[in-house]
Amino acid sequence: MYAFDLERPTTLDAAVKAMAAGGQPLSGGQTLIPTLKARLADPGKLISLHSIPELKGVSTDAEGRICIKGATTHGTVAAEAVAYPALAHLAARIGDPAVRTRGTIGGSLANNDPSACYPAAALGSGATICTDRREIAADDYFQGMFATALEDGEIVTEVKFPVPQVAAYEKFIQPASRFPLVAVFVAKFADGVRVAITGASETGVFRWAEAEAALSARFEASALDGLAMDPDHMIADLHGDKAYRAHLCGVMAKRAVMHAA
Amino acid sequence: MPKDSGIGASSKRREDVRFLTGSGNYTDDINIFGQLHVHFLRADMAHAKLNGVDTAAAEAMPGVHRVFTGADFEAVGGIPCGWLITDRFGQPMQEPRHPVLAHGKIRHVGEPICAVVADTLAQARDAAEAIVLDYETLPAVIDMKAAVSDSSVKVHEELTSNLCYDWGFVEDNRDAVDAAIKGAAHVTTLELVNNRLVANPMEPRVAVGEYNRSDDMHTLHTTSQNPHVIRLLMGAFVLGIPEHKLRVVAPDVGGGFGTKIFHYAEEAFCTFAAKALNRPVKWTSTRSEAFMSDAHGRDHVTKIELALDADNNFVAVRTETYANMGAYLSTFASSVPTWLHGTLMAGNYKTPHVYVNVKAVFTNTVPVDAYRGAGRPEATYQLERVIDMAARELGVDPIALRRQNFITEFPYATPVAVEYDTGDYHATMDKLEEIADFAGFKARRAESERNGKLRGLGINCYIEACGIAPSNLVGQLGARAGLYDAATVRVNATGSISVMVGAHSHGQGHETSFPQVISEMIGIPEDQITIVHGDTSKIPFGMGTYGSRSLAVCGSAMVRAAEKVINKAKKIAAHLLEASDGDIELKDGRFSVAGTDKSVAWGDVTLAAYVPHNYPLTDIEPGLEETAFYDPANFTYPSGAYACEVELDPETGHVKIDRFSAADDFGNIINPMIVTGQVHGGIAQGIGQAMLEGCVYDADGQLLSASYMDYAMPRALDVPFYTVDHSCQTPCTHNPLGVKGCGEAGAIGSPPSVVNAVIDAIASGSGKAVAHIDMPLTPSRVWAAMQ
Repeated sequence: MYAFDLERPTTLDAAVKAMAAGGQPLSGGQTLIPTLKARLADPGKLISLHSIPELKGVSTDAEGRICIKGATTHGTVAAEAVAYPALAHLAARIGDPAVRTRGTIGGSLANNDPSACYPAAALGSGATICTDRREIAADDYFQGMFATALEDGEIVTEVKFPVPQVAAYEKFIQPASRFPLVAVFVAKFADGVRVAITGASETGVFRWAEAEAALSARFEASALDGLAMDPDHMIADLHGDKAYRAHLCGVMAKRAVMHAA
Repeated sequence: MPKDSGIGASSKRREDVRFLTGSGNYTDDINIFGQLHVHFLRADMAHAKLNGVDTAAAEAMPGVHRVFTGADFEAVGGIPCGWLITDRFGQPMQEPRHPVLAHGKIRHVGEPICAVVADTLAQARDAAEAIVLDYETLPAVIDMKAAVSDSSVKVHEELTSNLCYDWGFVEDNRDAVDAAIKGAAHVTTLELVNNRLVANPMEPRVAVGEYNRSDDMHTLHTTSQNPHVIRLLMGAFVLGIPEHKLRVVAPDVGGGFGTKIFHYAEEAFCTFAAKALNRPVKWTSTRSEAFMSDAHGRDHVTKIELALDADNNFVAVRTETYANMGAYLSTFASSVPTWLHGTLMAGNYKTPHVYVNVKAVFTNTVPVDAYRGAGRPEATYQLERVIDMAARELGVDPIALRRQNFITEFPYATPVAVEYDTGDYHATMDKLEEIADFAGFKARRAESERNGKLRGLGINCYIEACGIAPSNLVGQLGARAGLYDAATVRVNATGSISVMVGAHSHGQGHETSFPQVISEMIGIPEDQITIVHGDTSKIPFGMGTYGSRSLAVCGSAMVRAAEKVINKAKKIAAHLLEASDGDIELKDGRFSVAGTDKSVAWGDVTLAAYVPHNYPLTDIEPGLEETAFYDPANFTYPSGAYACEVELDPETGHVKIDRFSAADDFGNIINPMIVTGQVHGGIAQGIGQAMLEGCVYDADGQLLSASYMDYAMPRALDVPFYTVDHSCQTPCTHNPLGVKGCGEAGAIGSPPSVVNAVIDAIASGSGKAVAHIDMPLTPSRVWAAMQ
């Protein structure tokens, strides 16, 4: 780890001002701290979002959306987002208890690891990512592996999830890291079904349009029979080649439909 | 009634109190006034010509005392290999120089190139980034067969090729084996990979070097399984420090699994630098460094042929193995694929003809050496897999096929040069059939199938050679050390006992089980006995702990020393009781005169030994302390039968280990709870190898599985509750305790049954049959095999 300065603002305003002066936001640090320890980053200054009360908490807004503040930990989401069971269940299975006690939804979505869990929920639910300066639809937010619509210094303040009629998140884990090798979030809304897949693609989380169309017509696992994911853009690594990941997309999507609640 | 102390009691592990309360004293807990910290600049390329190293900028950085390079070690020896193998043509193996720091050439990712010593570790790391290397990248040699067939790129220029040795065993059997295979009714051939592993002890390696100018004394504190071996290798072969000026201390060690047997460059460096700088020098491995500098395990590529006659009797086994040595020969690397592997290729079976060929190969990878089981898991895996495959090909029951070929008469001389003293392979198989509930398998399979899953049952037997070893035999086989062990039993004046042992405990529970033996022999409470280990200045010259040898070898030395103590104490008691020492009996801590009510307590006798007022000084010396060195007459041969039951999800290839049963014969048992724990741990590591762990290099020699993000260790959820039984006991005939060793059994015995179970599960489905899948059986591999 290289030496760095640490700022701990206690209000969002102070955090925004601190960011304007330059620095790397720290919100849970479950990716950032190991990166620093390996000397793979040298940010000079970290601005912790941990001590800002207004960035924490789970609530329901007038439209019935589950609203989660950016610095809310996975553990809190698992315990408090009960009105959206698939989301709470997803949060309850991220990493291990230590990760869930420190890691935050804002940190996860800002990092946009191609194998992270939250991006699947946000994209699969059609969530809105709110920042200190605007609101971004999930469909516009995720822009590829580790790439998002966030500008320099922009802080994720809140994520608003419309609650579907039924939903489920099915995760097939990579045996070493226990990140998703392939995980599928399926959400059935009154106006259609959304299917988001994480872990599988070289371009990060993505929606599976053919599956959405099939499931919007008929919300049953068998509706996916015969649909094949194109392996072309799949990730190939030690833990699975392109064909295996493409195959798992179909298996996990069906299981998500079967378990949707 | 189970005993509550002494031999056979499940005494609670006394060392766990300090381990579980954070009170252990590990090497990294040792901090010496004035100590400096070293950071090693390690190679991030697999193979390169190193033209020069510019350390000027680094040496000018804050806090830096000195930057060492390979040139600083030109005047000292290289890291030695402890075992000379003679190849099948009678020639010695090729043995390259192994420098402390790379000099002129870099041969694997992770090889230390420079060592920066600074006031703080952060300063050393900062300075290392200012070192400038002048190097030319060379093509990497990774694939073993390519390394042997093509010598255009050599790991070591001074060698004739990348082949360390081509070993045949027993070479004189070769023609007979070939003929038997040619004439056989059926031959099953299997090609397989025994996957490369990283040991991953919970505690990484640490070394603290110290030098005292006033008495010219060097001290190395290190994470070692055998401090005397390190003193011998480093003192005599590397640094030229005489043994009386070198102390090696291995305090609490948090797991070894073989990888802490070996002498490593970092140990030599810290010892050397402490004198050069006249300051203590400390190194603590990061987990990342451990992946690329701890000796790896396994990594064999094997073809095995099993020949059977028309009645399914085994008539011959022939194997050809490529064994990866990595870039240098680690301490015992050369012995693992040869004497620890070839001698076990008869297994539990009366196969008359066996021939083993092993080609050891240098590659641009981390050195490979012993890892829990060391050669014996590789032997067991290939043999028990090929037997299962033969049973499947012949359509016979795999248990019946094994039983038909079991060795049943002991002692039994195998065609691969070892003699099994005892065993009862039918008994352990009978026990396995009972504890594994084979009768209920059919119903469990039906239940799995109702849930869309496939269920498989796999079994295997194993035999291992432990208690390494008779020194005269291993000397003939090329070992450059004796493999006896030693113990000193020091009785204190008040009757308590300190036992100084050459074995080293790093998880095995010696501090608990060894006193149980002494307690049984003398009849005093276990808590009156303390085990001292891990410090060459305190213990007799012993060879340490590996190869499941502690109790069989060092425990035997301890028994011999205790016998000497008891004999002397009886003489003292005879004097005090005015009787003949031949009439003295020792029971429950009292000496009595046979046939009388005259007796004297243990403590009174020990006090008399040290306060010899009323004492036969003309006949015996005062004091009560004896040392014994014990060199075993033979290896010991634990054996057993294991069963694994898996449930396979055919849609994803995911395999769940649902049940695992182990019936072992360890001979006599001192502490059943500790033995059970050893078996549990061994099985977990075996399941790790079979299902999860794979150390993988790419073609350029980059380590792809360089962290826990990609190297999967078994976790609690990956293993089932085990059913283990060690009630089948055929005691070893040639050591005083009749013990065989239990530390490696689980790791040796479990991988084949896991793989056999998965193959069985796939065969039960409607899809295509699969003959073999190489470990680790990851979901993607299983799924791909089924397509």
